[in-house]
Amino acid sequence: MATAMAAGKVITLDEVVRLLGARVLCGKDLAVRLSEVGAADLMSDVLALSKPGMLLLTGLVSVQVIRTAIVSDLCGVVFVRGKMPGKDILELARESNVPVLSTAMTMFQAAGVLYGALSGR
Amino acid sequence: MASEAFENAFAVLGRDFANAGRVSTAIKDTLKGLGIHAPIVRRVAIASYEAEMNLVMYASRGKMRLTVSSEAITIDVDDEGPGIEDVSLAMQEGYSTATPEMREMGFGAGMGLPNIRKNADEFVITSEVGRGTRLHIRVNLLA
Repeated sequence: MATAMAAGKVITLDEVVRLLGARVLCGKDLAVRLSEVGAADLMSDVLALSKPGMLLLTGLVSVQVIRTAIVSDLCGVVFVRGKMPGKDILELARESNVPVLSTAMTMFQAAGVLYGALSGR
Repeated sequence: MASEAFENAFAVLGRDFANAGRVSTAIKDTLKGLGIHAPIVRRVAIASYEAEMNLVMYASRGKMRLTVSSEAITIDVDDEGPGIEDVSLAMQEGYSTATPEMREMGFGAGMGLPNIRKNADEFVITSEVGRGTRLHIRVNLLA
């Protein structure tokens, strides 16, 4: 898993929405603050390497993405390349208060933009 | 938190991917409700979820039992499945017998058992080929 960590920089989910031109698929509280982003399609890597409060960028669309976010205490999930999760995935995310975004950007682009924002470049 | 032991058992069905993880999120909610420290809850939830995914991916059915005492949280998993031929090999990072279907869900990278060991203070795995696998996962509440 690739992770982007910043030296003290913090952004909100609201800013992530703006930076990635993302659609908010669910999530009421976008004032949530984050300082770490990880990009992975392998949930095993997220379970092994993520930190609590991390934002996950992923190209994997599966209910297991939300389950992984719940057990790992992630602050939200961004599906890349315009991928749209099914109803079952969004229902679970809503029930569990996991914010879900979708961006047209590729994983590489989205990670680059957020790395820039977190490292102040 | 109450000092007496708390126990809860859950049934898990093999191949039921839609519900895989439901037991572990319920365990997480229970532990949060008992007021257990968030980093400990997270370690238990991750270990439990890895174990639950293994059960759903490989076994036909099984049970997960959560026990909370004043000293520790334990998860005991007991499945009816193919068992593991070489447990020490299965414990190696990267070793996996996963199918493409399991990999498509973001699992089966050979990271599950090592990650359970990483999150647990005590981890015992026993397996009998053709019968099933048992896991004993303990996370201490006291340092």
